[in-house]
Amino acid sequence: MASLLGRFCRKMVVPGSAHGGARLVSTTTSCESETVKSLNLYSAINQALHIALETDPRSYVFGEDVGFGGVFRCTTGLAERFGKNRVFNTPLCEQGIVGFGIGLAAMGNRAVVEIQFADYIYPAFDQIVNEAAKFRYRSGNQFNCGGLTIRAPYGAVGHGGHYHSQSPEAFFCHVPGIKVVIPRSPREAKGLLLSSIRDPNPVVFFEPKWLYRQAVEEVPEHDYMIPLSEAEVIREGNDITLVGWGAQLTVMEQACLDAEKEGISCELIDLKTLLPWDKETVEASVKKTGRLLISHEAPVTGGFGAEISATILERCFLKLEAPVSRVCGLDTPFPLVFEPFYMPTKNKASFFCSSVSSPSKTHTFSCRH
Amino acid sequence: MALSRLSSRSTTLLHPLATTSLLRRRHISTDTTPLTVETSLPFTSHLISPPSRSVSTSSQELLSFFHDMALMRRMEIAADSLYKAKLIRGFCHLYDGQEAVAIGMEAAITKKDAIITSYRDHCTFLGRGGGLYEAFSELMGRKTGCSNGKGGSMHFYKKDASFYGGHGIVGAQAPLGCGLAFAQKYLKDEAVTFTLYGDGAANQGQLFEALNIAALWDLPAVLVCENNHYGMGTAEWRSAKSPAYFKRGDYVPGLKVDGMDALAVKQACKFAKEHALKNGPIILEMDTYRYHGHSMSDPGSTYRTRDEISGVRQVRDPIDRVRKLIISHDIATEKELKDMEKEVRKEVDEAVAQAKESPIPEPSELFTNIYVKGFGSESFGADRKELRATLP
Repeated sequence: MASLLGRFCRKMVVPGSAHGGARLVSTTTSCESETVKSLNLYSAINQALHIALETDPRSYVFGEDVGFGGVFRCTTGLAERFGKNRVFNTPLCEQGIVGFGIGLAAMGNRAVVEIQFADYIYPAFDQIVNEAAKFRYRSGNQFNCGGLTIRAPYGAVGHGGHYHSQSPEAFFCHVPGIKVVIPRSPREAKGLLLSSIRDPNPVVFFEPKWLYRQAVEEVPEHDYMIPLSEAEVIREGNDITLVGWGAQLTVMEQACLDAEKEGISCELIDLKTLLPWDKETVEASVKKTGRLLISHEAPVTGGFGAEISATILERCFLKLEAPVSRVCGLDTPFPLVFEPFYMPTKNKASFFCSSVSSPSKTHTFSCRH
Repeated sequence: MALSRLSSRSTTLLHPLATTSLLRRRHISTDTTPLTVETSLPFTSHLISPPSRSVSTSSQELLSFFHDMALMRRMEIAADSLYKAKLIRGFCHLYDGQEAVAIGMEAAITKKDAIITSYRDHCTFLGRGGGLYEAFSELMGRKTGCSNGKGGSMHFYKKDASFYGGHGIVGAQAPLGCGLAFAQKYLKDEAVTFTLYGDGAANQGQLFEALNIAALWDLPAVLVCENNHYGMGTAEWRSAKSPAYFKRGDYVPGLKVDGMDALAVKQACKFAKEHALKNGPIILEMDTYRYHGHSMSDPGSTYRTRDEISGVRQVRDPIDRVRKLIISHDIATEKELKDMEKEVRKEVDEAVAQAKESPIPEPSELFTNIYVKGFGSESFGADRKELRATLP
């Protein structure tokens, strides 16, 4: 797998812009009016948490080992600055931690819960699905736990094996009542995390752990939010639309560059929020290009790509020139030594991108359907 | 396991050591003559009368304790170097300091009794009869590993020795272990299950669910809390309202054991097995300590002082305790024990060298054993269309 130490292009997102339509994004490479600092992902998240706790005195950060900074250093300095009453460690009990967070949020507080690895979130699955997601609904809006945000590092890291590499986002996208947000870079992470914490709905926030140190970007130092449920076109093109989220976008960007050498112009969309997801942006893009490729690390069967594929097929059927393609993890438990075979690498993505220029391949694909 | 030569001697230096036990002098040791040694500390009990402090053992047993613990210690240190050399990747949780628990337990039970534990399982595997070569191969992800290279450090298994592994998710093995005990009760084969978990896992809800079920149905389950006082970086007093883990069972009797004393562990496990077969579950809390950090990415010194670690090493080290017992009982000399350690070191080095040469699994192994063989699950290439294969 190519080394993905990346400098991401900075994109300015205009806050409060209207929903819908293909969004043209202006890019600037420098900005005079704000101070920025070069930060990696965990530092950006740390900054967001500092700001969140500072601006709302009724917000709390807790989870396993967050007191000393957390295993990925996302919570460094919080306990020292805001005190042990607001930033504290919990015992090793995910179900208890999330349930506790729901209760705290139900009393009008902002509970920012950390699950140490997304692989460990399953004991809390019942609390999230049956309690957090349904609280407002079943109480007829008397109560809600909107102040709850659950943060968890997810995704492959090169040597994580079965229990430190999983991408469980698809399980949570199946639950109306919560939101699922996944940032792709430090700048995005800070804005999205602040939006998630301040969003009046419970949010599950997955952080690509691979990018904690690898991704470095210029991040504004002030308090800013990036709107949820708005996808972003991070690269424009005309021949094929690629949709992804989190760390997978860097892989897909490599595939786009490779495809460009063959003369294929790729449009790359970062979904950012998976639930509820921005259907309009993707739809507009696919109506323009006629082809869609979705890529995620989670296994292909039942992955979130299936939902995107089905929705786009419903909306863009007559505009599609080829079946929707999914380049995803294989249908196996996340392997140990076989990780390079399992992962949806840029070569696998490029293979399909290049089908754009070979009509025979496209013809074969549509025949098999 | 090789035993060093036992020499007879008439002149000896016998030092009854105040820190260990009441000793009985023996001039010449024959292999299995019974020997009685007192445990270092008395047992503390909850809802049950503790077993006696006098443990019956033999020279042969003490020497095998020494040899096996030295082997485990050496293996863990070799794993440390291999990890730093990036031959072992992923996660590696080392057991050095806790060897007495694995060894003492083995001495009290048979291979029909099941053991299930957490991810800190290398030495437990060795105790169950696993080989060094299989262990190192598995650590390095090779085909010849005990789980065919597909499990890694956290997933060692040995079916013929009733070793049910090796679990990555903390506490998940507790209900599993009680399930094993349930099956054993059905099978009426006079076997029990030892379910090991740590002080961190003791706060998991599933542990209490498992305890309740085991007590309700009188399952032959022995729940062993290996309390090394730190759940990763969190000290027990920070995470538990009641760090008396042997009492946490409430209605389930418990015993607190000095986990650094292999003989105490043996006595407790023997006692627990007898209890479990007649009366249902019992909790054993092993007061033990790990020298390394939680895993290889944890230096182990940010949440505890180096003085504490070296203090335990000097005063409570399990191998040193057995060494002193052997010397003072005149079973072997210091030099013979050192020779034994050198042999162990050589054995480990050879196993490492052999394991380094062994092949990595075939790529097709990625798809095997997801379901039962012949189930015919299909897999696809990158685009789900071009390549279509029916998997074994």
